[in-house]
Amino acid sequence: MDLQIALLLGQDGIVNGAVYGLMALALVLVFSVTRVIFIPQGEFVAFGALSMAVLQAGRVPATLWLLLALAAMVLVVEFWRWKRGVVVDWASALAWCVVLPLAAAALVLLLKPTSMAGQTLATLLLIMPLGPLLYRLAYRPLASANVLMLLIVSVALHGVLVGLGLLFFGAEGYRTTAFSEERFDIGGIPVSGQSLVVVGVTLLLVLAMFLFFGRSMIGKALRATAINRVGARLSGIPTELSGDLSFALAALIGAVSGLLIAPLTTVYYDTGFLIGLKGFVAAIVGGLASYPLALAGALLVGQLEAFASFWASPFKEVLVFTLIIPVLWWRSLHSHHVEDEE
Amino acid sequence: MNNTPSSNTAAAAPAPAGRALATPRQLTLACVAALALAWGFLPEFTVSVLSNIGLYALVAAGLVMLTGVGGMTSFGQAAFVGMGAYATAWICTSPAAAAWMGGAVSPALLPWAGLLLGLAFTFALAWALGAVTLKLQGHYLPLCTIAWGLSLYYLLGNMDFLGGQTGITGVPPLVIAGYSLATPRALGVVIWAVLLLALWAMHNLLDSREGRAIRALKGGRLMAESMGVDTARHRVKLFVLAALLAAVSGWLYAHLQRFVNPTPFNLNIGIELLFMAVVGGAGHLWGAVLGAALITLLKEKLQDVLPALLGSSGNFEVIVFGLLMLFVLQRFADGLWPTLARLAGRWVRPHAAARMQPAAPAVQLAQRKLPARGEVLLQATNVSKRFGGLVANNDISMTLKAGEIHALIGPNGAGKSTFFNMVSGVDDPSSGEVRLAGQPMTAKPSRVFAALGLGRTFQHVRLLGARSVVENVALGAHLRARRGWIAAMLRLDRAEEAALMAEARRQIERCGLGAHADTPAASLSLGQQRVVEIARALAGQPSVLLLDEPAAGLRHLEKRALSVLLSQLRAEGLGILVVEHDMEFVMNLADRITVLEFGTVIATGTPAEVQANPRVLEAYLGGADDELLGDAR
Repeated sequence: MDLQIALLLGQDGIVNGAVYGLMALALVLVFSVTRVIFIPQGEFVAFGALSMAVLQAGRVPATLWLLLALAAMVLVVEFWRWKRGVVVDWASALAWCVVLPLAAAALVLLLKPTSMAGQTLATLLLIMPLGPLLYRLAYRPLASANVLMLLIVSVALHGVLVGLGLLFFGAEGYRTTAFSEERFDIGGIPVSGQSLVVVGVTLLLVLAMFLFFGRSMIGKALRATAINRVGARLSGIPTELSGDLSFALAALIGAVSGLLIAPLTTVYYDTGFLIGLKGFVAAIVGGLASYPLALAGALLVGQLEAFASFWASPFKEVLVFTLIIPVLWWRSLHSHHVEDEE
Repeated sequence: MNNTPSSNTAAAAPAPAGRALATPRQLTLACVAALALAWGFLPEFTVSVLSNIGLYALVAAGLVMLTGVGGMTSFGQAAFVGMGAYATAWICTSPAAAAWMGGAVSPALLPWAGLLLGLAFTFALAWALGAVTLKLQGHYLPLCTIAWGLSLYYLLGNMDFLGGQTGITGVPPLVIAGYSLATPRALGVVIWAVLLLALWAMHNLLDSREGRAIRALKGGRLMAESMGVDTARHRVKLFVLAALLAAVSGWLYAHLQRFVNPTPFNLNIGIELLFMAVVGGAGHLWGAVLGAALITLLKEKLQDVLPALLGSSGNFEVIVFGLLMLFVLQRFADGLWPTLARLAGRWVRPHAAARMQPAAPAVQLAQRKLPARGEVLLQATNVSKRFGGLVANNDISMTLKAGEIHALIGPNGAGKSTFFNMVSGVDDPSSGEVRLAGQPMTAKPSRVFAALGLGRTFQHVRLLGARSVVENVALGAHLRARRGWIAAMLRLDRAEEAALMAEARRQIERCGLGAHADTPAASLSLGQQRVVEIARALAGQPSVLLLDEPAAGLRHLEKRALSVLLSQLRAEGLGILVVEHDMEFVMNLADRITVLEFGTVIATGTPAEVQANPRVLEAYLGGADDELLGDAR
């Protein structure tokens, strides 16, 4: 291996690491706010990328029908809860179940966007509401269950979504048009515009999240919920709001990640799972709690994967996933007293 | 703690209906006998499906132990199955393996060498995975198993000596005593025999000293540690047990299919196996068989129906399984087995066997020599605890002697519970030292405190609510018995178990809860549950007893009975440290009192001295108004 190859691999690692970093951020966010270990995070990536590909082919992605079906189901559930005397926040319910899905449907079916920007917007509108809708259907009825139960629910949901992905998009993979076809030459290393887009958008999203959690009232409310769930509820922060918002952000981040990688690699219906899991390895570096450590972990995972694909290509997945063992060992050095599970 | 008979109605089991046909044991034996008789006449296809169900149920039973009983879980059991299958396939077919053993093993014995190899590898790997995650919160182990499940699949597919994606063909059939088990009908008998044996062994394990410790892993780890249970070790052992069951299933699978490839050991199958356990009933061993049967039959059907319905082929049954799983988790959190058992309840008689009441147990439990009166048992020296900037305990020093009752009082938030945690090993002091029986206890876990003779109760009652009072109390005597997992599985622990149960009943009687010994702990009133905690602590034959608000929630007569009990224990030479808010109770009982306020000791002395201390009056009554002081005196 010479320096040229090392630099190329390093660049690959950074681009992959950026996407894993986004995954890790979403996972840490969802876990800290709702205690859900969100295994299906990667499915948003695949759904986002494949919906974009179908839109670019001039067809209607089946994710639209999924969105409308889920929205209708949530409306029924909310109505049923309301009938039974539960106080329902109709404003948020209507926003997630009616306004956003209808906007997505109008955009996809009526306007049929042909521009890159229009298709991107349509994809984001298709995927983002899936987060809160899935939260309300799958997790909210079990809000008092322990982390383990919620994890099993996540795995079940992952199964459903992967199966649906296969049904919607078939077994063959897709690639989408790049956001940037530019090619640069930085110090003798060829750099594609799309790689820069990936890294740039990631940095932008990280910065936006930083501002959102540091400055905005809603962001602070989410942080408060993450630190002390009961206390936050007692101070008037509704559990539903935090659930809806964290899942919406996770879905949005997933969709963006999907749009970013689809021009770089062929995306299949089950590609998202592996991407999401690598995000998990990164998030575990940060103990599922620390955003900066999770990002550092993502870079580590990206680099490990890039160099493993050069040295031991058939075993690169094995190497990435077994990274979890030394990481867990390292983390276990810090904890010694027994605590009961939440 | 005089119990009126009326308060005992909760204990009564639902009256057996007149149509009751059999006890669960008779029913089980009848079903097994029916299956055995029918086995020779069932169609080939049914036999093969039943064999598969048996193989899955063996793995699912391990998952039941892990998930429903032990409060952990694994998505990677299919990988352990793969390990068992590949180990025997490789040993039986590879020339390298044959050369390595140098013909020392005759061909008929090769599968047995394969079984040993598979078990050894699985043991080592499961132990390593468990050991890495055991100190961390419970969700890291399942995440680790996802990574492991994926990794093994990729490894198997990429290792040339294991045949890559094609796998290994030509695995020989099992031969037992010269009789070849080449057909599913023959091997199926072995599969079901192994499954039933495993279920019997695990049923025995759960009904033992170690079983009680295992049940405490789910939601009661802190309590179990205080009873002397090494919960981390039990967690690893349970994970290893589940993995070994999976490996045995894999070994049988390889000799049933006669070839192996990576596909059946993928993560998807691992997830399906977990579905079986959860859908069947993660807390019940028979739930594993029910779940395995349901999912296997459903999969069979769905693979016929779905492709036609959806117009393309693929792994669509996972959609149905996932939805089924979501439905079960939301509506039948304990799986389908409890519902089925309830429906069948009218025909099933509860166990007729009378509770054993041996006059004199054949085995003696370990006895502790009680310390001499006046000996210092527990000593805290300059103990401080800081949580960030908050000083919860500031430079506290105190001693507890054998044969005295020492009360720790103070207003809410004075730091009593923090101090309690420090002297029982739940938490470490930021500075200062705690000595128990003369030994420095810095950084020791609470099970070491228990081993040195410290028994405790908790401010927020920590009982296994679904288990009976006597089982809860017996957990307190955990360290006084020795029999381990294997003895329990093989029922070699009965004499010791009888002694444990007798001791537990003795302590329950002593605490006045004899009428409630066999009721679920959760059905008792909160006050009674506190008394159960005292009985549990006493079952460990402690020399130091820490009681956290024992009188809270007790009625007047019950408080009096508790006072009498504690006085008795003091007379026997125990040192008792008690945190309590009921001043009448404390003042009449305690020999010495330490008063805490804002984490600092403001007074120490006899009840009379403390009552006269102006700082104490100020802490309790607010401003030290002269008039008020006069009134209080």
